[in-house]
Amino acid sequence: MKNVEFAVGLFVVAGLLALAMLALKVGNVHVLGNGASYSVTADFTNIGSLKPEAPVTVAGVRVGQVAHIAVDPVSYRAVVTLNILDKYRFPIDSSASIVTAGLLGEQYISLDPGGSQRNLKNGDKIQVTQSAIILEQIISQLLYSKAGHS
Amino acid sequence: MSVIGWGIDVIRRLGQRAIDGVGRLGRATFFLGRVAPSLGLILGRFRLIVQQLYMTGVLTLIIILVSGAFVGMILALQGYNTLVRYDAQSSLGLLVALSLTRELGPVLAALLFAGRAGSALTAEIGLMKTTEQLAGMEMMAVDPLFRVVAPRFWAGWIAVPLLAMIFTAVGIIGAYVVAVGDLGLDGGVFWSQMQSGVSVTNDVLGGLIKSIVFGFVISWIAVFEGYDAKPTSEGVSRATTRTVVSSSLAILGLDFIMTAFMLRGL
Repeated sequence: MKNVEFAVGLFVVAGLLALAMLALKVGNVHVLGNGASYSVTADFTNIGSLKPEAPVTVAGVRVGQVAHIAVDPVSYRAVVTLNILDKYRFPIDSSASIVTAGLLGEQYISLDPGGSQRNLKNGDKIQVTQSAIILEQIISQLLYSKAGHS
Repeated sequence: MSVIGWGIDVIRRLGQRAIDGVGRLGRATFFLGRVAPSLGLILGRFRLIVQQLYMTGVLTLIIILVSGAFVGMILALQGYNTLVRYDAQSSLGLLVALSLTRELGPVLAALLFAGRAGSALTAEIGLMKTTEQLAGMEMMAVDPLFRVVAPRFWAGWIAVPLLAMIFTAVGIIGAYVVAVGDLGLDGGVFWSQMQSGVSVTNDVLGGLIKSIVFGFVISWIAVFEGYDAKPTSEGVSRATTRTVVSSSLAILGLDFIMTAFMLRGL
């Protein structure tokens, strides 16, 4: 009976460890759970296929994530709210651009820090933005320009 | 004339089958209702459950570990072969992890459990009934539903989610071994693609919920079929077969329904 109990205990521990591995190593439960964040907004003419929870990176390093996306009812531009971890501060004249990881990968926001002395704080708006590159538009422009030449 | 008589006979038999089936379902539900009160009580005698956990869970571990590792390795090989055509082999980790956590882990572990442990539960209870051990217990004022059925039901229910998680984890490790060791993928890319694409709430938790439901259904079917078996050797053999067949069908049917709900949302 002692051995049986030991084996069962080992079995239960193995099962829980497997669940923990799935949650921590396979899933991404730890990415933004820790640390407070502040939010800034940025307007884009076109966000492509950017989705909430997409990463926000600086020099390729993840510093936050997209909180939510809405449309401005007046200017009809997309308003993207970014949550950036508190420990990272960026100049107020930083620019945000939507870029694609690889040719067909997911889209994320890349921040380019500016040179201002003042830093972005909660509720600020990033002024300089670059919208997503829509592959289809480029291709159609290319085709039209080719057609114009011939 | 005889054609009409034959047709009537076929329809009559069909009706008889349907009535039988509905009757079984009703008996199974009543059975669950009778077992339910002892389900709470048996927790006070946890030792009985531990013993059954050994029989159902620990002894099923080997088949789960081996099949999990092989399923993961096969997924990695097959997935790589397809993904490499689109130069997307970096997504292999994500492909393997999503297939395993969402579908293959819970479903295959449940199917293996039904074959390995569910059938054994039915045969054991059925044989106890055939050799009149259950009747003997009743004579001694020991409730067989409490002493025999409830611990086995709980043990099966607890074991399936644990086994499913182990199956999934081992499968992912197996896929990692093949992808990084044999196919030459980068280990960091393998894990990071996986972490960026697998959501804990949707995928891992969804798989866990599925396996909890499967555990309940398999244990219910297994103990009911054993308790309901005809007390003959043929009856026990039939009951064992029915456990494997009906729990496999129930797993796949429920999996379809739960997947539809999980993907579309309630």
